[in-house]
Amino acid sequence: MTIMLRARGLAKSFTLHLRGGLRMPVLSGVDLDVHAGECVVLSGPSGVGKSTLLRSLYGNYRTDAGAILVRHRGAMIDLAAAEPRTIVAVRHETLGYVSQFLRVVPRVAALDVVAEPLLARGIDPTTARERARTLLLDLNIPTRLHAIPPATFSGGEQQRVNLARGFIAAQPILLLDEPTASLDADNRAVVIRMVRDALARGTAVVAICHDPDIRDAIADRLFVMTPCQDAA
Amino acid sequence: MTDPTLLSGRGLSLSFGHIPALLDVDVDLWPGEMLAIVGESGSGKTTLLNVLSGRLALDHGVVWYRDPEDRLHDVHAMPAPALRTLHRSDWGFVHQDPRQNLRMAVSAGGNVGERLMAQGARHYGDIRATALDWLAQVEIDADRIDDLPRTFSGGMLQRLQIARTLVTHPRLVFMDEPTGGLDVSVQARLLDLIRSLVARLRIAVVLVTHDIAAARLLAQRIAVMQRGRIVETGLTDQVLDDPQHPYTQLLVSSVLTA
Repeated sequence: MTIMLRARGLAKSFTLHLRGGLRMPVLSGVDLDVHAGECVVLSGPSGVGKSTLLRSLYGNYRTDAGAILVRHRGAMIDLAAAEPRTIVAVRHETLGYVSQFLRVVPRVAALDVVAEPLLARGIDPTTARERARTLLLDLNIPTRLHAIPPATFSGGEQQRVNLARGFIAAQPILLLDEPTASLDADNRAVVIRMVRDALARGTAVVAICHDPDIRDAIADRLFVMTPCQDAA
Repeated sequence: MTDPTLLSGRGLSLSFGHIPALLDVDVDLWPGEMLAIVGESGSGKTTLLNVLSGRLALDHGVVWYRDPEDRLHDVHAMPAPALRTLHRSDWGFVHQDPRQNLRMAVSAGGNVGERLMAQGARHYGDIRATALDWLAQVEIDADRIDDLPRTFSGGMLQRLQIARTLVTHPRLVFMDEPTGGLDVSVQARLLDLIRSLVARLRIAVVLVTHDIAAARLLAQRIAVMQRGRIVETGLTDQVLDDPQHPYTQLLVSSVLTA
């Protein structure tokens, strides 16, 4: 099986300069391999660093030590050492991320929010919007909402817009942070199907999900995390 | 990646009397990307913008611009007419106060058409058609084309300035607090407009703003300035979500919603 994502010796601490330079170690010596078509679910108690690890894998957090190797255009690129522009390119083509919360320009219609990752890759607007429309309908966002900016949507609707935006570019590596947290049972089933479809296409998935039913439905294996012992 | 930069500043330093405004600043900009420069008032953001665009002379350092024929120009060594031509063609400048850029005694359509005429366009019908198209792109009604800018609201003036700036398809636009002084609802509309136009036309932008949320939504990269220095720079979401420098941590934690 092809390795898509490989972390080696990952360490991450936060230094809070506004708290007298307090240093909080969160990750140390993290090794993780994720193969094509495999779903790894991060597990461990709240505060153990699951979100920190996921954000580090996306290049959203900077790491203190270690490497984050991502298969991009056939080569392994170390995101921990990459230039910002390289990280932008890797995200466009290779590495997708679905956060818990939607963050968008006000005034932009839901359909365009979802289509945007495809437009950023140079796909023509008609195709991008058609794909966005299909995904939103799959996620039970009715057509009458597509032209409305999602700022006024409910939490569950916003999360589904966010999921559609996260899945639309079909990057070969997908990071999911609590993708079903505020969804009802019907929509959770839709998300499980979307994740399984992605896995069947060979997508490598790393997810955080506390719901044991979802976890059992998508996880190939758990990556158990323990609190970082490294004292300041 | 080793692709060449569009604009590069190296060792940029400038003092106003004994007050240092810029201290040894390095900046790179690649084609089609937006770089946000943030920091509090007096940190040197606007000075940096004026130095990068050659509007303000340097004490030390060099600014290189790469033209479409791949020739490098030392911006501060260019003859004044050549720099003026650059500002009228490849470059654009969006001021916080649109009145600095617009001609208030000339109609809205004339303001847009003037930049085209400066580039040699002479056919009246074409110029008017292009002006109308650009007014539509910045969401100004066609029936306002012959009105004077003084009859426009602040948000409309800013959109007219953007039309006037982008009509010649510049490759590089300098923006100084383009949403400053506008109502929040008008700001959102303008941010959306800037974002979509810049993405569609693949324009490179240096955006000076004190609005961290705007920087997050628009710019791929960010530079944080304090007392004339860039104290932190990198990927926008990385710098804002995991700030390393004490000043960036203060700046991010001081924002109500970013």
